[in-house]
Amino acid sequence: MSQLLQHLINGLASGTIYALVALGYTMVYGVLKLINFAHGDVMMVGVYMGYASAFALGREAQRSLWGVVVIFAVAMGGCALLGFLIERFAYRPLREKPRLTALITAIGISFALSYGFQLDVSFDGPFDFSIAGRRGGSFDFHFDRLVLLPGASPRAFPEIIAPTEWFILGDRDVVLWNWQVISLLIAVSLMVALQFLVYRTRFGKAMRAVSWDHRTAALMGIPTDRIISLTFMLSSALAAGAGLLYAIKDTSVTPLMGLYVGLKAFVAAVIGGIGNVPGAVVGALLLGLVEEFVVGYAASTWRDAVAFGFLILVLLVKPGGLFGRVAAEKV
Amino acid sequence: MRRLAPMLLAALAVLAVACEKKTQPTGEGNSQPAAQLPATAQGGPVPAGNDVIVLGEVGALTGGQATFGISSRNGIALALKEANAAGGVKGKKLVVRVYDDQSKPEEAAQAVTRLITQDKVVLILGEVASSSSLAMAEKAQAAGVPMITPSSTNPTVTEKGDYIFRVCFIDPFQGFVMAKFARENLKLNKVAVLQDNKSAYSIGLTEVFRQKFAELGGKITVTESYSQGDTDYRAQLTAIKKTQPEGIYVPGYYSEVGVIARQARELGLKVPLMGGDGWDSEKLFELGGSAIDGSYFSNHYSPDNPDPRVQKFIADYKADNNGAVPDALAALAYDAARVAIDALKRAPDTSGPALRDAIAQTKDFPGVAGVITLDAKRNAVKSAVVLKVADGKTSYVTTIAP
Repeated sequence: MSQLLQHLINGLASGTIYALVALGYTMVYGVLKLINFAHGDVMMVGVYMGYASAFALGREAQRSLWGVVVIFAVAMGGCALLGFLIERFAYRPLREKPRLTALITAIGISFALSYGFQLDVSFDGPFDFSIAGRRGGSFDFHFDRLVLLPGASPRAFPEIIAPTEWFILGDRDVVLWNWQVISLLIAVSLMVALQFLVYRTRFGKAMRAVSWDHRTAALMGIPTDRIISLTFMLSSALAAGAGLLYAIKDTSVTPLMGLYVGLKAFVAAVIGGIGNVPGAVVGALLLGLVEEFVVGYAASTWRDAVAFGFLILVLLVKPGGLFGRVAAEKV
Repeated sequence: MRRLAPMLLAALAVLAVACEKKTQPTGEGNSQPAAQLPATAQGGPVPAGNDVIVLGEVGALTGGQATFGISSRNGIALALKEANAAGGVKGKKLVVRVYDDQSKPEEAAQAVTRLITQDKVVLILGEVASSSSLAMAEKAQAAGVPMITPSSTNPTVTEKGDYIFRVCFIDPFQGFVMAKFARENLKLNKVAVLQDNKSAYSIGLTEVFRQKFAELGGKITVTESYSQGDTDYRAQLTAIKKTQPEGIYVPGYYSEVGVIARQARELGLKVPLMGGDGWDSEKLFELGGSAIDGSYFSNHYSPDNPDPRVQKFIADYKADNNGAVPDALAALAYDAARVAIDALKRAPDTSGPALRDAIAQTKDFPGVAGVITLDAKRNAVKSAVVLKVADGKTSYVTTIAP
């Protein structure tokens, strides 16, 4: 019984990460009908940005509340910029081309990021700079090395949320950690915020219009390009947030981490009905639980087979995904 | 588009800027101070003639495994220096011709061809990576030039033919060592296994461990598996925890083991983890943090081994290499060179067959990484050391004989 409960906690924790990444897939697909395969790698870049800013802050500051906020802000802001650039320079020129062209470009960007980050490019310092504070003080930074590209070897993400056990059952039969709860809360609140954005704001209305038919939307005076750019920035920022939660959970940071999570999140988005926001979350949580139980009670070798089998099963019964039927709900 | 592509690349490069305060250890093992190295041959032209014996060496002096090749080269250089100081072999001085294979098997194979046809070496030392050694063994065997690999542990390397030898133990032996250690030293009764399903190395170690541990009266509670590159092992560890093992055997690589240790502690599994030489990297401490403390792994050699032979080697090596402590690869390369020199002394001449027979007869040779006896399959039968991990470093625990 306690084992079941622990598996449930583990499964929800990984499902939460899948959910946040899946949201990005689903949003971009919603407006552009493009499967952005570079999404997982944007997440990876976000994790490295978070890693770098945690390093710049130092051991003490990275654990404080403002430090965590800064790390998330840098990673999410940086990825929003990256998402903007990718859309502007890789996808926009191909918008009127066949959809396959953009898809292959997305795969190309994914590989450029994940393999580019395996290069080891750095400069030996020392580098010193300081930022003047408002009240006369200043923040001084000193670096011995400036790393442009991090290289292939794995790094350990610092424990920016000091791990604390919030709930222990029996003789540590079931353990629930603070970051598991925090991740779930962040994921749920992001989902609620997204739902609000799409259905309750002018921007959301414009997004839905672009999703419906972007040429007609342009005729109605909606700035399509700007809406699409903003959608990419939003989804990339979400990916960065998801990536940081993932790195907090699983510690290891590598340039290839995005490929795997991206693929799983894509499956989750399709299970839920791609283009559908609650669908992506439900699909992701289901996928996380299914994987956990397969590995926990059967064998890890079955994990991916069962995950993809589950996808096929869902698509057989409901070809549009679990929530994908109602076209009007598309983002 | 042609105009935009470079802009995009430049933008990505800017985005990738990351800063860090400490110098990053490259590759595995204790990193050696990397001197500026020319890309190919080392040591300049070798004087040919009747007063020298030329040995060949192939190593990764650049590329991803550069620390391996540099350690090996330093170990071999020390062995040759000592032999020459003692008067050389058969009145002749020993010289070594070194080629860099840039960590690539195809370059390693080419280097062997060059060593044999151009430099006319009598014997070849190298490589560290099994994939490179396999490529080299093919060429050396075909040409009938003996080859000794210091540290390739994959069993198939010496199966290439009767001219191929090694002075390290092969992969499965480490499973035997840990089973014995767990049962006899740690007195564990119930052990769970978590193996890497994608790695032949891990599967090989697991197989022998399970067999030996059961033979010694222990019980394997459960065998779970993961795939290289996974980062979440909580499902497996939760299943392992239910069986209440007294230890977990994790014969994987440092990149996964560190994270496994963290997640095991997180789930309340406090028992020691055990593994093999795949753990041997500074990265293990970074990824595992304090979670990996109290764990054990088997390795070829330990600089903490109090044996005077080992300590003398360390002192000599440090003196020659700016105080760098020799890692396992340097020790094994030193042993390989000394086995080669020993065989050269015993062989009637320096022809391929004569040298081959002399190497094959190596018995009870006192190496710094264990006493070496070559078996019928040309593999070294020798002891392994068990190291304990604590506070970001390893310490010598014991030596386990075969």
